[in-house]
Amino acid sequence: MTDATAPLTTTDGRPLKAALAAAGARARRRALFLVLPLLIFVMITFVIPIGQMLHQSFYNPYFSRNAPNVAAWFAGNPVGTEPDEAAYAALAEDFRAMQAAKTAGEAATRVNYTLPETRSLITKTARNAGDLAPPYKEAFLAIDKKWADPAVWQAMRSSSTAYTSDFYLIAADFERAADGTVQKVPDKQRIYVKLFIKTFILSALITVICLLLAFPIAHLLATLPMAKANLLMILVLLPFWTSLLVRTTSWIVLLQQKGVVNETFVALGLVGDGNRLNLIYNQTGTIIVMTHILLPFMVLPLYSVMRVIPPSYARAARSLGATSWTTFRRIYLPQTLPGIGAGALLVFILAVGYYITPALVGGADGQLISNLIDFHMDKSNWSLAAALSALLLVGVLLLYWLYDRLVGIDKLKLG
Amino acid sequence: MAAAPQGDAYVAFKHVQKSYDGVSLVVKDLNLDIAKGEFLTMLGPSGSGKTTCLMMLAGFETATHGEILLDGRNINMVPPHKRGIGMVFQNYALFPHMTVGENLSFPLEVRGMGKDERETRIKRALDMVQMGAFAARRPAQLSGGQQQRIALARALVFDPALVLMDEPLGALDKQLREHMQFEIKHLHESLGITVVYVTHDQGEALTMSDRIAVFNDGRIQQLASPADLYERPENSFVAGFIGENNKLPGTIEELSGDKALVRLATGEVIDATPVNIREKGQQTLVSIRPERVEFKPGMMPEGAHTLDAEVIEVIYMGDILRAVLRVAGSDGFVMKMRNTLGQTRLSAGDRIKVGWHPQDARALDVI
Repeated sequence: MTDATAPLTTTDGRPLKAALAAAGARARRRALFLVLPLLIFVMITFVIPIGQMLHQSFYNPYFSRNAPNVAAWFAGNPVGTEPDEAAYAALAEDFRAMQAAKTAGEAATRVNYTLPETRSLITKTARNAGDLAPPYKEAFLAIDKKWADPAVWQAMRSSSTAYTSDFYLIAADFERAADGTVQKVPDKQRIYVKLFIKTFILSALITVICLLLAFPIAHLLATLPMAKANLLMILVLLPFWTSLLVRTTSWIVLLQQKGVVNETFVALGLVGDGNRLNLIYNQTGTIIVMTHILLPFMVLPLYSVMRVIPPSYARAARSLGATSWTTFRRIYLPQTLPGIGAGALLVFILAVGYYITPALVGGADGQLISNLIDFHMDKSNWSLAAALSALLLVGVLLLYWLYDRLVGIDKLKLG
Repeated sequence: MAAAPQGDAYVAFKHVQKSYDGVSLVVKDLNLDIAKGEFLTMLGPSGSGKTTCLMMLAGFETATHGEILLDGRNINMVPPHKRGIGMVFQNYALFPHMTVGENLSFPLEVRGMGKDERETRIKRALDMVQMGAFAARRPAQLSGGQQQRIALARALVFDPALVLMDEPLGALDKQLREHMQFEIKHLHESLGITVVYVTHDQGEALTMSDRIAVFNDGRIQQLASPADLYERPENSFVAGFIGENNKLPGTIEELSGDKALVRLATGEVIDATPVNIREKGQQTLVSIRPERVEFKPGMMPEGAHTLDAEVIEVIYMGDILRAVLRVAGSDGFVMKMRNTLGQTRLSAGDRIKVGWHPQDARALDVI
């Protein structure tokens, strides 16, 4: 018997605590070694690109690095300073350098993001940079009267630093006025916030429809004998195993004006031949097809939760005097909440970022925010695309946080 | 309480049949009357139809034929939530998303009971099972025995006159199970409720019940008090299912009233009490309890027939000694002796003679 107060040691005399820690560390090192390949893979394919994306959303050096002289003038003079001869001289020098290095295009594009229709002004002036001579202000105005517009100078000022919040302002439907203050863009030009709201509302709607459709099917799956449940499960999973394009194409066949659904409705006399339903190439099409594609993501978590709820709970509730509706509402439904939460979160997050389906069947009014992100990437406005993506990411993380607060992420059950 | 009174049966099964597939019957022509305040146990191996009977009484299964009466009223078409029967399930079925208090409150809420009365009743029910301090806990935070008590309290909190229990102690360890058996029995006595209890554990059935219905193959094989069932089994299934039994096959040599001589297959003749024997020459299975087998001549009645036996092994079990003997050509004959101070210690290889009182050897039908 050792003394109770003395530190315990191993049989060869080492302190037990240290020996245990060493053994634990060894096991942890081995475990890390096992996950290392995946960790590296995730870093390269996920963390680093997302980091770069976030970086690009507020970093765009194409004007600032090509126009160092005028950038220095902007840095030396506060916002609202009337451009003097020195400013025009600095700009003229920058334009000559751009002309020599053939970089006027990228610099002009950057300014154009902040103030549309300035690209041609800059490229035209840069082309004629060789003819510029003092007094520079008059020389600039001789090339184009727009050089007197303070908005142009303000646009160049905000482009003159590599790090900028311009793209977030644009993504939130704001702009910088000529005096540098932030203001909302005119009503008609506000597209991004509306599209964000629409994306979130449509995703919520799709989530609700998925839940309503998936709940009974998941319950059926959970209560059927195993052999039949497996067969039904294959039918549920079938969309998973079909190529996305094949699925979307079949929806086009079914839903178009002369498609199977409309023809059936007309034949049954439900709708007249003249006013066939517009089920595709609009918002309705986006909702129908996305619901179909995302349904399995709702069924699977629900099923996995329902399968382990023993039927004796419902029986107990009934024997205690509850009607079948009360039993469902107070006993069954609360126990499926982890599945509902997981399914809804999964479907919603996938829907918010969905791109290909709205692009194929959404028409003009069925487009979501990801389609606009794609549009800007197509136009090489990477910074704006990145800013929009970052806002989307923040929105999703916010919802995730809200879910954690309301339901608790530890209650999530994905399968 | 040997036989249920016919007139005032509280629960009555009348010619009840149940089939799930339309081909075979799970319950075959069940007739059973249960008196008010009785503790009746349905005992039988799995698949014998006992649980199906309980589920029909609770309302979760419908009888394919026959009537089930509760307090004189036909309840065949009454849905489970209107039967007012308390039920304790094998896995307790406590609602995991509710606290203990909410679990108990549930049956009172669905009955539209006011908050004050609910709280009074919940407190009373929890105190009844000595769980008064646990109202705020979740079922998952309780041990198996505690969950069992809560399940019991929940089934009793709305004052049902009839409580069904479906193998409620199956998941508990032996010591706790025995303790809970007495508690349930005491609750039954103090509350005056009628209990229908399903189990496959014969010890449990013997300890707790007023009467036991032994089920096999969809029929009640015997309905009797625990003592009758143990000491006077009516057929070889009951004799074999309840307790340990020695079985000696033979034919009836002589039959006179309540006495019979049986000639065993090996030629020896033994005394027995005929149970369901009709004529001389009939095949029979004589059943003798191991603790009723004697090997000291002084303990046997005068003129008793004895059999030669050889001790194969003696197992020391603490309170008793268990001897396995070779009797009448068979190796499995068991004799139990009390472990008293003066007990003769047998050892393997000893040759003895065994005998018994004729009323302890029951000549039964052959299965």
